[in-house]
Amino acid sequence: MLGFLKHPVVVTADINLNVVALTAMGLLSRLWQLSYPRAVVFDEVYYGQYISFYMKRIFFLDGSGPPFGHMLLALGGYLGGFDGNFLWNRIGAEYSSNVPVWSLRLLPALTGALSVPMAYQILSELGFSHCAAMGAALLMLIENALITQSRLMLLESVLIFFNLLAVLSYLKFSNSQKQRPFSPSWWFWLTLTGVACSCAVGVKYVGVFTYLLVLAVAGVHAWHLIGDRSLSNVSVLCHLLARAAALLVVPAAMYLLFFYVHLSLVYRSGPHDQIMSSAFQASLEGGLARITQGQPLEVAYGSQVTLKNVFGKPAPCWLHSHQSTYPMIYENGRGSSHQQQVTCYPFKDVNNWWIVKDPGRHQLVVSNPPRPVRHGDVVQLVHGMTTRFLNTHDVAAPLSPHSQEVSCYIDYNISMPPQNLWRLDIVNRDSDAGVWKTILSEVRLVHVNTSAVLKLSGAHLPDWGFRQLEVVGEKLSRGYHESTVWNVEEHRYGKSQEQKEREVELHSPTQMDVHRNLSFLARFLELQWRMLTAKSDGSEHKYSSSPLDWVTLDTSIAYWLHPRTSAQIHLLGNVVIWASASLATVVYALLFFWYLLRRRRKICDLPEDSWLRWVLAGALCAGGWAVNYVPFFLMEKTLFLYHYLPALTFQILLLPVVLQHISDHLCRTQLLRSLFSALLVAWYSCACHVFNTLRPLTYGDKSLSPSELKALRWKDSWDILIRKY
Amino acid sequence: MGSYYINRTFFFDVHPPLGKMLIGLAGYLSGYDGTFLFQKPGDKYEHHNYMGMRGFCAFLGSLLVPFAYLIVLELSKSLPAALLTAALLTFDTGCLTLSQYILLDPILMFFIMAAMLSMVKYNSCANRPFSAPWWFWLSLTGINLAGALGVKFVGLFIILQVGWNTISDLWHLFGDLSLSVVTVGKHLTARILCLIVLPLTLYTATYAVHFMVLNKSGPGDGFFSSAFQARLSGNNLHNASIPEHLAYGSVITVKNLRMAIGYLHSHRHLYPEGIGARQQQVTTYLHKDYNNLWIIKKHNTNADPLDPSLPVEFVRHGDIIRLEHKETSRNLHSHYHEAPLTRKHYQVTGYGINGTGDSNDFWRIEVINRKFGNRIKVLRSRIRLIHLVTGCVLGSSGKVLPKWGWEQLEVTCTPYLKETLNSIWNVEDHINPKLPNISLDVLQPSFPEVLLESHMVMIRGNNGLKPKDNEFTSKPWHWPINYQGLRFSGINDTDFRVYLLGNPVVWWLNLLSIALYLLLGSIIAVAVQRGAHLPVEVEGLSQVLLRGGGQLLLGWILHYFPFFLMGRILYFHHYFPAMLFSSMLTGILWDTLLRLWAWSLASSSLARGLYVVGNLSLLLGTAYSFYLFHPLAYGMVGPLAQDPRSPMAGLRWLESWDF
Repeated sequence: MLGFLKHPVVVTADINLNVVALTAMGLLSRLWQLSYPRAVVFDEVYYGQYISFYMKRIFFLDGSGPPFGHMLLALGGYLGGFDGNFLWNRIGAEYSSNVPVWSLRLLPALTGALSVPMAYQILSELGFSHCAAMGAALLMLIENALITQSRLMLLESVLIFFNLLAVLSYLKFSNSQKQRPFSPSWWFWLTLTGVACSCAVGVKYVGVFTYLLVLAVAGVHAWHLIGDRSLSNVSVLCHLLARAAALLVVPAAMYLLFFYVHLSLVYRSGPHDQIMSSAFQASLEGGLARITQGQPLEVAYGSQVTLKNVFGKPAPCWLHSHQSTYPMIYENGRGSSHQQQVTCYPFKDVNNWWIVKDPGRHQLVVSNPPRPVRHGDVVQLVHGMTTRFLNTHDVAAPLSPHSQEVSCYIDYNISMPPQNLWRLDIVNRDSDAGVWKTILSEVRLVHVNTSAVLKLSGAHLPDWGFRQLEVVGEKLSRGYHESTVWNVEEHRYGKSQEQKEREVELHSPTQMDVHRNLSFLARFLELQWRMLTAKSDGSEHKYSSSPLDWVTLDTSIAYWLHPRTSAQIHLLGNVVIWASASLATVVYALLFFWYLLRRRRKICDLPEDSWLRWVLAGALCAGGWAVNYVPFFLMEKTLFLYHYLPALTFQILLLPVVLQHISDHLCRTQLLRSLFSALLVAWYSCACHVFNTLRPLTYGDKSLSPSELKALRWKDSWDILIRKY
Repeated sequence: MGSYYINRTFFFDVHPPLGKMLIGLAGYLSGYDGTFLFQKPGDKYEHHNYMGMRGFCAFLGSLLVPFAYLIVLELSKSLPAALLTAALLTFDTGCLTLSQYILLDPILMFFIMAAMLSMVKYNSCANRPFSAPWWFWLSLTGINLAGALGVKFVGLFIILQVGWNTISDLWHLFGDLSLSVVTVGKHLTARILCLIVLPLTLYTATYAVHFMVLNKSGPGDGFFSSAFQARLSGNNLHNASIPEHLAYGSVITVKNLRMAIGYLHSHRHLYPEGIGARQQQVTTYLHKDYNNLWIIKKHNTNADPLDPSLPVEFVRHGDIIRLEHKETSRNLHSHYHEAPLTRKHYQVTGYGINGTGDSNDFWRIEVINRKFGNRIKVLRSRIRLIHLVTGCVLGSSGKVLPKWGWEQLEVTCTPYLKETLNSIWNVEDHINPKLPNISLDVLQPSFPEVLLESHMVMIRGNNGLKPKDNEFTSKPWHWPINYQGLRFSGINDTDFRVYLLGNPVVWWLNLLSIALYLLLGSIIAVAVQRGAHLPVEVEGLSQVLLRGGGQLLLGWILHYFPFFLMGRILYFHHYFPAMLFSSMLTGILWDTLLRLWAWSLASSSLARGLYVVGNLSLLLGTAYSFYLFHPLAYGMVGPLAQDPRSPMAGLRWLESWDF
């Protein structure tokens, strides 16, 4: 630290000036007219609703990414005093005056602006010249797609920022490793690497690829460290432990922290409750908690319960029955038992109530003291409103003919005896004498006569079944599946002897008070699991594209169109940069393999240190491009051009690396070198020109005439919107 | 499946043909006549001669044991390790069960192990390059690779393994400065010849045989394109002769290019109330039917182009046309109403009376990848129909319409101009009396095209095998812990039944060994990297462990982890190739462990005793567990195992086993 003071100030000031200038330009390009357009632009409609949820503290579930990114956006809303009252339903809708557009868009814009000087720093940390570093930053500065993406309430620029921060701090760390390990700055950069990685993962799941890349590079470096015989065993161990703590433990803890903050911020029940388990819902304020507050915990004989299916797909639903019977003959000619239908119904209804009955006794009320039902007990389930018994028998189910029909038994006197005994199997019991608990216990109902298991088949019944979900008895139960598991959601001890009284009782809300809460870890695990398994509707989108279109920029996304003029915002990249960056990647790969093969034959074209620099730059930049791009080929979700931007950023970083290498090592004469520099200047002005031409589409500030717009349509696949007058 | 080869009828399956051809061959040689239907498990074979096919599979399955023995012997040079591996595989009930029936898996595993064995053998003659055994093992590797890939696509993983081994081998040779570049080039060429060219040739050859043998129309026709069907005798496209270029007035059928969508179809039924406009339905239909016939007309005239006085006018790319349904004389029509199922698309209807409709009946016909003005060829041209007014593309969503639509598939006009197969069509039947017919033989696709198409169809078929939400499916993490088996025969619970389940002792030992191997391997690797000096004996053992064990671990990883990424439905038996590798790893690991332990003891007689006792106890332990569990493979009767009266009572160690 003190060494810093001894150095001449001029040197540091010089670097700072570069960075300051770049930062200023970055800020200018990203923040200029930030609150324009005052309308919902493209995916703001998507992220905006979550910001509103945060502002109103309402619980939500979003399968697209962990909550950190949403929270950062919401922070902008919080600082701007947003109250969350805006209906996010249409792209292009004008913002009302209570929406602080500037502060909502500020954070993505800031991160986008800071990426520019960070590109500079990464290249100088990689050991390349100031020229190359400036080049990288200037390319980032005039990349239209990055600008567009940073100026809106979107998360890509935040993700890119944390990706770059992770790489930069790892480089700073590994450079200080050579001089002063275990110094404060060493610790700082090491920890910052871990923190940045976890932030990147916390913004979007795809951040995990950059994290893995950093881990891999750190792993290789650690392996060299192990091989370093000049270090003692103890110091090697310390090095390894420090890395493990900063790169594994810190990110995991941070990730948990995001969820902790998220769950403590959104504590009210909301529209997404239904997807979560009953226990989770009960931990939110309002909603189910209000209903279930004060329910008796232990289910006893005579209890009135609603049974929710744990799997809840295609829809969360409760075991249900009603007066209608199965049709005598189905459309395909098969027969049924013609008994009362049993279904699974996705809405709360008085017909969802069932009474747990002891087969040995006749009364339907809870005795005093209540006799709890335990694992392995045989029970009957009586439908509350019709007092019929839950029954299954060897009749094919309506839609799943391999399973048994489940019905409420009606005695038609046709030698079809009732088979209404069910054995209770508590899946998550503590002991074999475990008591059936409200909400907490997950139970399977196993039919005594046929050992069929009560199961939600997931099929929708036709009109005669009111399009409710089919419930069947699964004969050959192939192991544990959540669709065969049920839990008691609402529960009360029944008191009414007579059917009329009981019906009144069923209609009345439950009461009494026992408070129970789920631990944070259980809530985190459930939320994370549901987020990962939440089905994104894989519907096609007008602007969706395949990864192959991205490299050649064969696709574009119309973000916003002015309601009257033809001013519009369009996600379009700087064609010159995209093309040359892809070219640079190819050149890098070819040169790399060429050198690698020559080195294997002991022909070293490059001095050792410049070879190492070349490899490290390639591993981080070309590797960063590959890990952020290739996995998209395996993904089944709807993909858009903006998914490519993190990969593109790394590609842009690689571009000056390759250029400097060509100029230093392949241009052998001074003349060639000057020629090359001249070419570079021409090329860069070309990129600037493209940036300037596309600028109206990037900022959306200028209305172009149809002919101008047509002239901008350089590729047939660009869907630039042209108004017809 | 073998029956199809004997009957020579065409069928479709998601796996490549070699395995089924071999079974068919075995059946043919043993006198099976191909008449048994193989409809559902549990059917009795009765008089059919099936022993030949079963015997063939069982023979290949039993060869796995000697192969594993030889591989481990070659890798570790230790007889006890090889014996232990052989015992593990002999006494594994899962491998036993799987080899006893007419399945592709024993054949697949045979080729995988044979490829591995020949690769290991050829590695050990690396010091005598270009000698006869070297060539023999190298080309044998290639042959077995072709065999593995030809049975199931899982064979790709062993190809990756051999490929990795070859690349690292070449890398070593390349770094050896005593060899000239020309020699390295020779090595490279030899490997390209034996490991790429040879397997590819053989693989293609199996397809050639496949298509040659199956030349009759059969149940698999519908999966394939029109041109493909033209090859099959018995199919109505076979040897048909029709005019080659489309002209106005032609009567045609239009087939969607996507598999199992069918022909553009319409019929005298209207869309029901509340679903778009109440006009005539347009659907796609998989079967051939006179309602699939359409007439191409010019958009602006209703004159009959078949009038002999008029000259023939061909339809060209970019023309504006009208498609009139032959039976009902209504025009193919679309408008801004939402489609019945895919709400974002537009509805397609039949509209107009006797061919007079409105401007919404006009479509532009476009050939993919062609310039304007080209004629449109029957069967070969891939066309799109673009609605002139709304600019949308005619396509089929592939969704099944409800009862009102006779459960045919929905046709829509999609505003998204993406090129998906759903919106690409070809003309199949073509009737025009004014044009000369040409024989379709001319249009027959070439062999590479047929090969490519059948691969596309197989891949799509594989991806189509998706598990349903509410079904219990086997997950990859279930497999190594032997979480749940697969019921092989016996319909009712208490019948004679066979249950595919690995011998838990063997499998859990394998699992433990992988963990131990990783631990031991990393300890040794770190020690070497730190520059620790290992005694000579340990040095040798650790070489075996790292090199030989590493190859087997790689095999296990390659044959196991890709399944985590697969979206298709998975079964327990997919794990068995990986299980072979992990058993071999177990053999090497325990032998090494015992040797290390014995070496660390001072007295040699004690060490020797310990080593022998350790190996013997492992061998006897697996044998005894096999005695316990053998009814799983050889069949058991009586009540389920949770019943104390069952002969298998007490052996249900995991609750998820349901035998």
